[in-house]
This record gives sequence, structure tokens and C-alpha cells, in this order.
Amino acid sequence: MAARRSLRFAALGYLGLLLAAPVGMVFYRAFEHGLGRFFHALTTPGAEHALYLTLLVTAIAVPANAAFGIGTALLLARRRFRGQGVLDRMIDLPFAISPIVVGLALVLVYGQDGWLGSTFAGAGIQIIFSTPGIVLATIFVSLPFVVREVLPVLREIGDEQEQAAATLGASRWQAFWRITLPAIRPAVIYGVVLSTARALGEFGAVSVVSGRLEGETETLTLYVQNRFDGFDLTAAYATAVLLAVLGIGVLVALTVLSRRRSQHGY
Amino acid sequence: MGIETAGIHKSFNGHVALDDVSVVVPEGSLTAILGPSGGGKSTLLRVIAGLEEPDEGQVLINGRDVTRDPAQDREIGFVFQHYAAFKHMTVRDNVGFGLRIRKRSKAEIRSRVDELLGLVQLETYADRYPAQLSGGQRQRMALARALAIEPRVLLLDEPFGALDARVRQELRAWLKRLQADVGVTTIFVTHDQEEAMDLADQIVLVNDGRVEQAGTPHDLYEKPENDFVMRFIGLVTTLDGRLVRPHDVQLLPVPGAASDEAVVERVSRLGFEVRVELTRASGEKVVAQLSRAEERELELREGDIVHVRGVDSASVLAA
Amino acid sequence: MVDRSLQGGTGAFWRAVSAPEAVASLKLTFAVSLIVALINAVTGTLIAWVLVRDEFPGKRFVNALIDLPFAMPTVVAGLTLLALYGPKGPVGIDVAYTRVAIGLALLFVTLPFVVRAVQPVLMELDREMEEAARSLGASALTTFRRVVLPSLRPAVVAGAGLAFARALGEFGSIVLISGNLPYKTEVASVFIFGRIETGDVTAAAAVSVVLLAASVLLLAALSRLGRPRWVDDGR
Repeated sequence: MAARRSLRFAALGYLGLLLAAPVGMVFYRAFEHGLGRFFHALTTPGAEHALYLTLLVTAIAVPANAAFGIGTALLLARRRFRGQGVLDRMIDLPFAISPIVVGLALVLVYGQDGWLGSTFAGAGIQIIFSTPGIVLATIFVSLPFVVREVLPVLREIGDEQEQAAATLGASRWQAFWRITLPAIRPAVIYGVVLSTARALGEFGAVSVVSGRLEGETETLTLYVQNRFDGFDLTAAYATAVLLAVLGIGVLVALTVLSRRRSQHGY
Repeated sequence: MGIETAGIHKSFNGHVALDDVSVVVPEGSLTAILGPSGGGKSTLLRVIAGLEEPDEGQVLINGRDVTRDPAQDREIGFVFQHYAAFKHMTVRDNVGFGLRIRKRSKAEIRSRVDELLGLVQLETYADRYPAQLSGGQRQRMALARALAIEPRVLLLDEPFGALDARVRQELRAWLKRLQADVGVTTIFVTHDQEEAMDLADQIVLVNDGRVEQAGTPHDLYEKPENDFVMRFIGLVTTLDGRLVRPHDVQLLPVPGAASDEAVVERVSRLGFEVRVELTRASGEKVVAQLSRAEERELELREGDIVHVRGVDSASVLAA
Repeated sequence: MVDRSLQGGTGAFWRAVSAPEAVASLKLTFAVSLIVALINAVTGTLIAWVLVRDEFPGKRFVNALIDLPFAMPTVVAGLTLLALYGPKGPVGIDVAYTRVAIGLALLFVTLPFVVRAVQPVLMELDREMEEAARSLGASALTTFRRVVLPSLRPAVVAGAGLAFARALGEFGSIVLISGNLPYKTEVASVFIFGRIETGDVTAAAAVSVVLLAASVLLLAALSRLGRPRWVDDGR
């Protein structure tokens, strides 16, 4: 009993010192000069533009990821093809690669001298140091979330329900919309929430491809660093708190979703 | 008419699941595909349903070649072994699914679903989800769902396999009556010979990807074409180097015509039935099956000497 | 993609990778990541054990808290640690711009990996197995070491492996707190970033390739590692 209590104490103490106390401290710092300063720091043009850009990028990247994720998961779970094993194993790669490396790879491919970058530049589209580049980087780093959530569910439910739908006269498309999608919906939502969190908070890859032009290609996370480096700690802390609150919101959503998911049994 | 398969071949990654399978299922009949597991019977059913495409051969439903038609166009009712219930839909929506796909009117769907729920005795469960049903109820829901589209044929894959013994008995009798009422050509897959004997008008015994024998339950029992069929359906023992049914082995207290001495090794009394294991002078082991009354007359005890012979009408096969 | 930029020839590549500053940053990165993975193996298992086997008020809240590092942007994580353990921190501990700070940041962002890998295994673990061991005379510690731990090991290794991979490439949480002093507190990702900024793409790409190769190898090893032999995965 005593042993159990000391283990509990050790675990909670570790979490307290590593997680809870620092996060609490940021909140304290952000609000120590009052609510007015906090909101003032978030309503400067730079902050507002960063928020706008972050939301825009997220709004593009997340639906793209959801569509890609569902498609890839279906491909991996329901079809047999050459290279399937490799794809299955490499689907997590964006998680394992450093975001800085992701950013560099995108610069090399889509930059002005890159293979595709020069083509796009010819068409008058600038990707690197501009919004499309940020969107690409964000999609890349959050690519696996939906696949990882949906794939095991697809494998778990098997294809019997889809076959049953077929014997009842449903086309593949009808079976997908009426049978498969409702069955994987909780997993899709879960994956979407996770990729939203990652999209809002991505820093390294965006840092490389955006060029960090203040008021142009600066997302919220970049704005935090910008303010910190400029010794405007109040703004840095305020923006960090905004991001932390979004993160905590995601956390709450995930907790609620996973509880509901375990109740439904899928 | 009915269902016909001709020369079906199907292999998976080099493993032959069906090898030249030709079967005729008469219209309106209740046919069992019987066989040991892994013998290809489920594959045959899935080929008929269009869930698997055969490598060679043809499938005809009511005289029409449907070999290349996808499952959705075959107008079949298929009941899956584990029911394949649509978990996110109520019982009512499950049963009405095929009708919604066919874009029937709301009113028509409602009345048809009500009728079917009555047929399978699930009226009071219409608004429940599959997870809230027992195994037997889920089975009946799956059956109602398959019947809703008024299929030309009804196919059931191990329909009672996942149920406990008592429910299985009940559902068996119920299915037999239902099929007689609806009159739809029905095929079910089973590995349980008793279930096949009890339910089916016709049995197709499939083993190792091939049809061993097809015929009425009576034919398969009384006139097995080979020792596999004889061994699979009912008990067998050897007598004079041939296969016979244990109930065709006669035990006599005194020598009779064509009888031979044997020592009683073991007597197991299974209620009405008594099984006697014997060893003959030649060393041959024989099993005899007696009724309790017969056994009581003989008063058998281990070590007793009795006289054995086959009855005249025995169905016999060279072992 | 990245190989493409190595067209300066393998010579240029080797020169870039073996430049003293690059080597120092790689060494530091691998060393700190390894230490962090090992610490995680212990603390993560401990936390998972407490969350599964212990009961205390607020357990559900603590359980949800574990995922916070995944849900929070990495920059915010860095800033957060700096607020408490930085120069103006209230506790009087200032680790900013030291290697300890790098370790702290990495521990923060990799916290969930081992916990979330071990937790489900621990939940599934057959308690009767432990009871059997106790009935055969094993002490609590022996039971844990001989019965529980072997069952958890694959999950611990997988979780620690993922934490290691994540730590190798981590950038956002480190960049504010480490001070990025070359040879001292400059990790590989920060080194790459600096070279990109100064236009030395060859050096950036060369070190990137090392990180990338490490990630791919690690991922392949982890997926090969899979499950131990005694688990029947039905395939």
C-alpha cells in the first residue's frame, strides 16, 4: 500500500513538474498584467493577421487531409496491390521526420530552383515564402492522423457489412456513404481533431517554408517566436496562451470523443 | 429453373478451393451444402451470391447466366454467418435498407418492414440497435433484411453456427416453416450433418473443393457413394473388413447363421442408446449400437463372449 | 527529394556532414535523444502503471493531461518551460540555454509515447497471471520483473523508439529554450535551420539526410519488431 502510494506520488510529481506547473506559469505570465493587456496583445494587426492566416491554412489543410486519409485507409484495408506493405509501413513517416527536414524538402522541390517550383513560377504561382507553401507543409506534417485512426477501424469492422449492402442491391458508392462512412465516422472525427491540433500548432516546417514575413506569411506559432525574440514577452505569452487554449480545447474534444467511441464500441 | 452451377473452379493464391463443382438446386427447394470446414462450401455459396468471382464455370439463377453479374444485381438474399448487421442502424432501418436502395416509397417501406418484422417476430424490437439484440434475434433480423427485397434465392452461410444449442434447435424448426411459407429457393451452408439431415430436401456434400455426393438425406445415408460420405453422415464401424452402420451390427447370445465370436471390451450406456465395443477373434474392432431394451436382454458385461453378424438390410461399403 | 540537393557530389556531402559543427550537433542530438528515450521508458511505464492499476481522485483528468504535449504547439511548449525554468522563473532554477533545457523540452514533447503504448497492454494484461505468480511464492517485485515486465517490454520498446525518433527531429520546443550555441546547445534541426537561413543548402541537406535516414531506419525497425513471438496475431 505504501509502495503504491509512493509510486503514485512519483508519477504525479513528475507530471506536475514537467507538464502542469509550466503550463500554469504561462497562463500566469499572460494574465499577470491584467486582462486588458492580454486582449490588447492579441488584437494588434500582426497578431490578427497571424490568427487569420493560421485559420485559413487549417481550413484548407484539414479537409484535404481528411479526404486523403479516408481514401488511403480504404486503399490499404480493402485492396491488394503491389507496394502495399511499403505504403503501410511508410504512412507514419511524416511523424518520424523532423519538421525542419520536411520544410527543407519542400523548399528544394517547390523553391524557385526546385523541380516543380520553377514550373509553378513560370505560371506565376509562388509557393515557397507564400501561403501555398505553408499549406503544403501543414498537410505534410499532419498527413498520417486520419489514416492512422481510420485504418484500424476499417480492418476491425471488416468488409462483411459492405458485402451485405452489395447483396441488398447497393452500389459501391452507396455502400460507402450509407455503411462504411457512418461506421468510421467517429474515427474520422478523431483524426480530424488531431490533425487540426497539429495544423494550428505546426512550427518547424512552416518556419522554413514561410520566410516569416511579418503580417504576410506569419502564422500564430511564428508570431510567438517573433514576439519572444523582440522581447515583447506579454504578446508572446498571450499568443502562447491562445494556442494552449486551442490545444486544451482539442484535448477536451478528444476525451469526449474517445469516451463516446468506447461506448458505441467502434 | 432454380440455381445451377456448372464446372466452377476457384483458387486463392494457388490453393484450390473449388474444383469443377456442378450443382443443381431445384426451384423452391431447401438445399444444404454440407461438409467439413475448409472444404470449400462457403466459397461455393459466395460464388453463387457473386461475392466471389469463379476462375472458370458458370452460375445460373432461374435459367439466366449471372456469372459476371456483381452481387448487387443478382436479386439474392444473403445471410452472413455473423449476420453483418449494420451497427449504426436500428432494426427497422436494417430491414428496410434494400428497399431504400431501390427507392421505394416511405409508406411502402414502412408497411413491408412491419410485415417482415412480424414474420420474424421482432415487432417490439424495431427501434433497437443490433448491439441490443441477442444472437438469435440478430439472426432473425438478418433474415428479414435478406427477405425484404423479395429475393429470387435465399443463401445462408452457417446460419446457426454462432448460436447456442437450444436457440439453434428453435430457429431450425422456425426456418423450415418460414421457407415452406415463403417458398423461396434456399441454400444453406453447414458443417453439422444432423442439421442438414433435419432441414434439407437435398444435401450437397462438399469436401476438398469437390462434390462428393448430392441427393436426398435418405439417399446419402442409405446409399453413400463412397466411404467419405458414409463416414461423414452417421456413425460407421468395420465388420468383416467392410464399413457398416453400428446399428446394423447384431449381437446374439448364442451362435447364429454367419455369426462370429467376439469379446465385449466396453459398454457405454447413453440413455436410450447403448454402444458396445467388441474385439473379434481375428483382432478386428467392432462397434455395435443397440437400444436399451436389446441390451437389457443380453445383459452385457465387459469380458462376455457374444456372437456378431451384420443384419441383412445393412448398407455396406468396401473399406 | 533531399538526395537531389546532394548533387555537389558525395565529396561535398561528406565534407558537409563531417564539418565539426555538424558533427557536434548530430552527436548532441543523438545523445540527448537517447537519454530522453531511456528516461521515458522508465517514467512512461511508471505513469501508465499508476493510471491503470491505481485509483485516486482526478485520475481521469490526469489521464487526459497526458496528451497535452501532443495537442499543444511545440513553440508553446518551449515557452512554457522557459516561463518556469528560465531566467525569470519563480522557482529560482534557471536551466535556459543549457543541455539540461534541451532534455527537459524533449521530455515534455515525448511524454505521451511510452505511456500511450504501455497503457492498453497493461489493461489487457491477465491479472490471473500475476496472481498465479504470487501464489507460487513470488514477491511483488519479482512478479513485476518476471511476469509483468516481459509482457510490457515490446510496448515499452515501441514507445521509447517513437519518442527517440520524435526527439531526433524536434525543433519548435528547443529553439527558444536552448540558446542554440554552436558546439554546446545546438541540436541538428536547429543547425539545419541556421544553414537554410544563411543559404548553405548543401550543409542543411547533408545533415537532413542523416536525420531522414535515422527516421526511416527507426520506423522500419519498429515495424519489423512488431509483436513478440508468443502473441498470436491471427495472421
